[in-house]
Amino acid sequence: MSTAVVNVNRSLFRGLNLRQKTLLIIGFTSLLLLAIVVSSLFIDGESLSTDFGSKNLAPSLEHPFGTDWMGRDMLTRTLEGLGLSIVIGAFASLISAVLTIILGLLSSAGKTADSLVSWLVDLALSIPHLLLIILISIGLGGGAQGVIIGVALTHWTSLTRVVRAEIKQLKTQEYIHISRNLGKSKWWIATKHILPHLIPQILLGTILLFPHAILHEASVTFLGFGLSPHEPAIGIILSESMRYLSAGYWWLAFFPGLSLLIVVLAFDLIGENLGKLMDPKNAHE
Amino acid sequence: MLDNAKIPGFIGKKILRLISLLLVVSFISFMLVQYSPIDPVRAYLGEMAVSAEHKEKLEEYWGVNTPPQEKFLNWAGSLLKGDFGVSLIYRVPVTDVIKERFTASLALMASSWLISGILGFVLGIAAGMHKGTLFDRAIKTYCYILTATPTFWLALILLMIFSVQLGWFPIGLSVPIGVTAENVTFFDRIEHLILPALTLSILGVAQIAMFTREKLIEVMSSDYVLFAKARGEKGLDLVLRHGIRNVALPAITLQFLSFSELFGGTVLVEQVFSYQGIGLATVAAGLKSDVPLLLGIVLISAVFVFVGNLIADIIYEFIDPRIKQQESTI
Repeated sequence: MSTAVVNVNRSLFRGLNLRQKTLLIIGFTSLLLLAIVVSSLFIDGESLSTDFGSKNLAPSLEHPFGTDWMGRDMLTRTLEGLGLSIVIGAFASLISAVLTIILGLLSSAGKTADSLVSWLVDLALSIPHLLLIILISIGLGGGAQGVIIGVALTHWTSLTRVVRAEIKQLKTQEYIHISRNLGKSKWWIATKHILPHLIPQILLGTILLFPHAILHEASVTFLGFGLSPHEPAIGIILSESMRYLSAGYWWLAFFPGLSLLIVVLAFDLIGENLGKLMDPKNAHE
Repeated sequence: MLDNAKIPGFIGKKILRLISLLLVVSFISFMLVQYSPIDPVRAYLGEMAVSAEHKEKLEEYWGVNTPPQEKFLNWAGSLLKGDFGVSLIYRVPVTDVIKERFTASLALMASSWLISGILGFVLGIAAGMHKGTLFDRAIKTYCYILTATPTFWLALILLMIFSVQLGWFPIGLSVPIGVTAENVTFFDRIEHLILPALTLSILGVAQIAMFTREKLIEVMSSDYVLFAKARGEKGLDLVLRHGIRNVALPAITLQFLSFSELFGGTVLVEQVFSYQGIGLATVAAGLKSDVPLLLGIVLISAVFVFVGNLIADIIYEFIDPRIKQQESTI
């Protein structure tokens, strides 16, 4: 008992092993993202009120990100925009994950279904990604709903490919042959034998979809197809900042974009490290 | 070795595939735009106030009251004759708009595609050769950050540094304002091209560099490289003889598969630099409900992506027989 405590203390002082480091990175970045979402929820309208007495201020201690042309604090606006981005990213990734599961299971059902799935993947990849999101967004009348569905309906392709390949490989396994010979139904095999293997893959894939979804949402909003100008989105902030660039108000674009970059990087980090934890090949490192 | 017997089948399959693809894409995108709840006339007018009479005329011009089936058949019918219709906002045939804009964008895309490809390959080789060193880690971190960078933000930053602060480059447009088309010099075009191309090149490096690095490390740990080492080959010579030859084809293939992202990046970059290319036309057509132009661009971009994939396929099928073999064993 006491030796265990000593051991833990020692390892804390001597530096952590890879597993602990990985967990620490995951914990820290998740906390950061959670803090952004929570703080964006608690921002009330007051701190975003216009104050023409302090408009277009360069970054200072009072306004770390500066203020915009209506005197609004850019840090507050950025936080709110990031919160919105993360929430939209979450929606889009979840819908994509559900689509992937459905299509993945469908592709395991038979040869025709499988070629249908691969045809759908090819079709979705045949138009430039951004253009496809724009088209879907227009089709749904734009706005938050248009962007979320647009982003969600276009991000399942890569994950579906991975899942499909995994299923193909699983189906050659002996225990599945045995199961089939024992007379189990296709549905039984799909849910009892194949799905459990796929869940970690899909979880990880969903997290790794986040960064793409967030970046695409911001891009489409930046172009003017996404969220309306009244929403505090990063894409809106940046497209507004373009009007003030030649006036030299660099902070309007610099900090919001940098924060978006950090959020995207944080999701990438979480995904990579979770992948490391889940991959048995790296377990000995 | 080219397998001549395979070629006709390959071409036939690809042509069938392109035709069926274009049919489905045109149908789906037409339906998406057609059933959009956005009122095209309202979107075109924006805040402008017009009389009811004028609005009616516009509605007729936009074809609001024509039934969708009839519209699709009309559009598809003339499409088969090579007629894409007339752009509603530019009031010239869609083919003319696309030809002009796509050429401008092609200069942008081709230059950044080449630069990012070469630079990414060289960086990837350099990083893979020095695996585990500080240099390798620096390149890895750089690529990692690049993949998380919003394209339009990097464009804004470059615009602020080089155009606004330093004043080296013009702030917008692909040609100077107030100069007629004949008087735009080659140098003018280049000057307006540099920043957008630079943005796309910087971002495009990441994927290809990471891929090349991984591949090179894989190749360098193979048996034949070990054998070459045993024969006394080492350093750059070893990489040039055994590494690059094996890495180059997959890397080139990957670069051809990136046409879709390249197009998306171009749209964003053109928006920031107001570079008069296909990207700006896409945004304008989308925002102002210029259906013929938007659909024309969708089809052209689908062909563009298809060509990229086709070239990658050709490399797969005909130039590198090894990839084919690998595939069949998996």
